[in-house]
Amino acid sequence: MSIAAKANTIWQYANPKKFLATSERVLPFFWATAAICLVVGLVWGFFFTPDDFRQGSTVKIIYLHVPSALMAINCWLMMLVTSLVWLVRRHHVSALAARAAAPIGVVMTLIALVTGAIWGQPMWGTWWAWDPRLTSFLILFLFYLGYIALWEAIEDPDTAADLTSVLCLVGSVFAILSRYAVNFWNQGLHQGASVMRAGAVTGTDTTEKVSNVFFYPLFLCIIGFVLLFIALVLYRTGTEIRARRIRALLARERAGA
Amino acid sequence: MIALLFRDLKLAMRAGGGFGLGLVFFLIVTTLVPFAVGPQSDLLASIAPGVLWLGALLACLLSLDRLLALDWEDGTLDLLATAPLPLEAVVSVKALAHWITTGLPLVLAAPVFGVLLNLPGPGFFWLVVSLAVGTPALSVVGTFGAALTVGLKRGGLLLSLLVLPLYVPTLIFGAEVARRGAQGMETGTPLLMLGGITLATIALLPFASAAVLRVNLR
Amino acid sequence: MMPDLGKHTEAVLSSYALSLLMLVLLVALSLWRGRKVRAEMEKTEQRMSRNG
Repeated sequence: MSIAAKANTIWQYANPKKFLATSERVLPFFWATAAICLVVGLVWGFFFTPDDFRQGSTVKIIYLHVPSALMAINCWLMMLVTSLVWLVRRHHVSALAARAAAPIGVVMTLIALVTGAIWGQPMWGTWWAWDPRLTSFLILFLFYLGYIALWEAIEDPDTAADLTSVLCLVGSVFAILSRYAVNFWNQGLHQGASVMRAGAVTGTDTTEKVSNVFFYPLFLCIIGFVLLFIALVLYRTGTEIRARRIRALLARERAGA
Repeated sequence: MIALLFRDLKLAMRAGGGFGLGLVFFLIVTTLVPFAVGPQSDLLASIAPGVLWLGALLACLLSLDRLLALDWEDGTLDLLATAPLPLEAVVSVKALAHWITTGLPLVLAAPVFGVLLNLPGPGFFWLVVSLAVGTPALSVVGTFGAALTVGLKRGGLLLSLLVLPLYVPTLIFGAEVARRGAQGMETGTPLLMLGGITLATIALLPFASAAVLRVNLR
Repeated sequence: MMPDLGKHTEAVLSSYALSLLMLVLLVALSLWRGRKVRAEMEKTEQRMSRNG
């Protein structure tokens, strides 16, 4: 397939009607697979994985903490991309998708922060430490709140889409800056966690086999969170498109009357 | 451009005393801190750089909502937008005027307030340097926030919510310079980072501010 | 059935409870608002088509 043809297949979803029809068709699949992955992953992780010898049973928190933290960042990245698409190509669906994703990002950030605090209490002996990673997430949380507040504050949807998109771009740059600033400011307690090393991070990396015990259910949970995020974004974008249509209809009605 | 700058400065000096307000606010913050944490002089000395930076930042924030709102209300902004001067230059001049009326007095007054908080001797120089390097970034970022919220009726609170997270890197590096300076440690790295942030924001953010302002004036 | 969580029972259970609660709330609120908006849109569309 040529590049132009490929691009066409993506951009056709910029048509709200087309988007609604397609998302309606694929949504049940995403809801179902998200539910299956999450239930299986969490049950597997909660009931059928051994305790970590150092962290005890708290290691089970990882099945919520790591996926939600990942999605908190990926959600912002998705908003960044859709904001750029809106600014460059002026597709309404794109701007509305960014708006629909923001509250999901807030919840993901909150879950990551809360589970982190609960996990930190027995491990580090404190609910909250001004550790770089925690601090960065708190700042990310503030960015989300500001972004949503700006959407809510402005009446005209196109103006709101423009302003929030620029805020998202500027905010992304400053979020990255803050990340490095915070790193510089305080070298923390957090383990250098990355997804691929997640098994090793739990401290039982004596053999590959043991870390796999944690890794498979964790991987399933991450996939579950991703699918849930996609389902929520598609559904909420549909809601935003309909809300916008109501606005347009009412405006036409008033103009006609 | 220069005429616009002088006009803004004159208005700030005259209209309702927006000029001294930031300074008085800064003074009040530094006065209240000892009441809140206790009068032990060694404790005050150790937190002085951070408190002074935070005070300067809040004083800067306080005057932001007047930055564009007055010109928005009386239609000056619409005139400026149609003037031959590009809007990027207008917002840069606005930021410069804001810095001269709030940032610069804060820089000059900071040593006096440092005395109140028992700032250690070598700290004075580094406090002034860090504020002088860092406050322009506060003004430029603040102008962006003011441009975002200029069309809103009650934008003041939203403005703080939007701008404060953007202040985080500047605050971290600025306070770090002042703190290390006060303890007689090496200050080169954070000072360079602070300067880098300031220069980058001055170079890039006016474009974002102007873009946002154009959307709001549409 | 319930695995022995040792001395960290509260930490693990509360983090699961809080996280799942937040996720369920998010999904429930999304679905609720989605239904409401969809119903409202259909109502508005019908009224529009009736009035021409």
